[in-house]
Amino acid sequence: MMARWVGALIVVFARLLTGVQARWRGAPPMALPTVYFANHTSHGDFVLLWASLPGDLRERTRPVAAADYWLRSGLRRFIGCAVFGALLIDRDPARDRAAAGPGPSSGPLEQMEAALHGGDSLILFPEGTRNVGDELLLPFKSGIYHLASRHPEVRLVPVWIENLRRVLPKGSWLPVPLACSVDFGAPLARVEGEDKVAFLARARQALLSLRPDGDRDE
Amino acid sequence: MNDALSPYAQTTLQLFGGVFAVLLLASSVGALLRHAVARGQPHAVIDNLTARVNAWWVMVGAIAAAFLFGPQGVTVLFAFVSFHALREFITLLTTRRADHPAIATAFFVVLPLQYAFVWTGWYGMFSIFIPVYAFLLLPILAALGGDAQRFLERTSKVQWGLMVSVFCISHVPALVTLEIPGFEGRNLLLIAFLVIVVQGSDVLQYIWGKLCGRRKVAPVLSPSKTWEGLLGGVASATALGAALHWVTPFTPLQAAAISLVICAMGFLGGLVMSAIKRDRGIKDWGQLIEGHGGMLDRLDSVVFAAPVFFHVVRYWWVP
Repeated sequence: MMARWVGALIVVFARLLTGVQARWRGAPPMALPTVYFANHTSHGDFVLLWASLPGDLRERTRPVAAADYWLRSGLRRFIGCAVFGALLIDRDPARDRAAAGPGPSSGPLEQMEAALHGGDSLILFPEGTRNVGDELLLPFKSGIYHLASRHPEVRLVPVWIENLRRVLPKGSWLPVPLACSVDFGAPLARVEGEDKVAFLARARQALLSLRPDGDRDE
Repeated sequence: MNDALSPYAQTTLQLFGGVFAVLLLASSVGALLRHAVARGQPHAVIDNLTARVNAWWVMVGAIAAAFLFGPQGVTVLFAFVSFHALREFITLLTTRRADHPAIATAFFVVLPLQYAFVWTGWYGMFSIFIPVYAFLLLPILAALGGDAQRFLERTSKVQWGLMVSVFCISHVPALVTLEIPGFEGRNLLLIAFLVIVVQGSDVLQYIWGKLCGRRKVAPVLSPSKTWEGLLGGVASATALGAALHWVTPFTPLQAAAISLVICAMGFLGGLVMSAIKRDRGIKDWGQLIEGHGGMLDRLDSVVFAAPVFFHVVRYWWVP
């Protein structure tokens, strides 16, 4: 109950602060297991993406986030787990496996598969880390490729989040109310027999092509 | 019933009644066109016209609601207008990490203080706060960021954003602080006069341009502006201003002269704001108002007309 209220408050705050405009440019929002993959420049990215989803889809959409960051304090744990229902993954699976001992593996990929199988949607940042440099988009990690090739039924929707880095730049605690936009593209088509490099390049291009004109951070 | 109302309330009701009548006429014409010309099919010009008229209903409604709350209501309304305009302006600029403190100061310190000075009627501070203190403080904050790359360009962008979105727009509610002998308690009507004449000029220029516009005034900056639209629109808006002299402290001739000045400023303001948009490679400032674009697309003429109107009235009518 508390988590619901906090979630609603965070959505209202994010919308007021950024006046966020969600544009479904490829396909309308659909209540099917979907992986939203987005560019990652700010801690607020998944909040803004989450706030841009229609309410009923939001309830079943979970960000994939790093366990070491979100388990560091009680408040983060509450916000990450209870409010956003984050799917926490270990950034260092070797340590995870060692700690869990022998038995069935529960790597990040298996965790995501289990969540999608249970009817949830996921928010994924395929760059793997926050992009704080001058590059538009960092190279993608291969997780999204493995997910895509094993589960052709899951929709892969590219999402470009624009301007949030200027709202809350690295090293600042005070957000400024600049306008942000979230552009949802068409689900990525699957190409039979496509290799990893080609798939990742296509996914990356699909994301870059959503970038709106006008707003620019240098 | 009218016996119970003050002359101010009567005038205000008549004025808003007139505006609502015009909007009702515009909506009826729109509905007629949709029925007769577009026949229920999508039609670019007619749909845009309908969207514009609908947006006008919302804007007039917001102003009417603010008038009900008096000068404070209008000050709060325009503070929000400034906030939105500043957001549109800064969002579309190229800024760097080191500009963050200056931008935060503009939003969270300068804007609220400027409207606090308007609220309290502190003319001495209100008129110099942004051009003196803010314009000195913002480059200082940017310089403390230690990033010299395109420094002059970056600082002037934030300053322009404040000038246009906050300083100029705040002159609209500041009209209530002018003490004009024999016009006490009726200053909101000056705001209504300014907004009706300047926005009326925009609408009339649009109509004249659509009816008989051929020769372009500024083909590079604003291809939709024509000499026919400009002259017809400004002339008819000047006539409208003269006809509205009864809501102001002006004689008909004075009202016409002032209308001519603010319509000319409004047109030129639109041209300047178009130049900024072209420079940034965009068509509209935002998507806030359907059919109009962003807040600044609708207000570009008021931005340039308001300070001149304020100072003309202050110089000649305030002893």
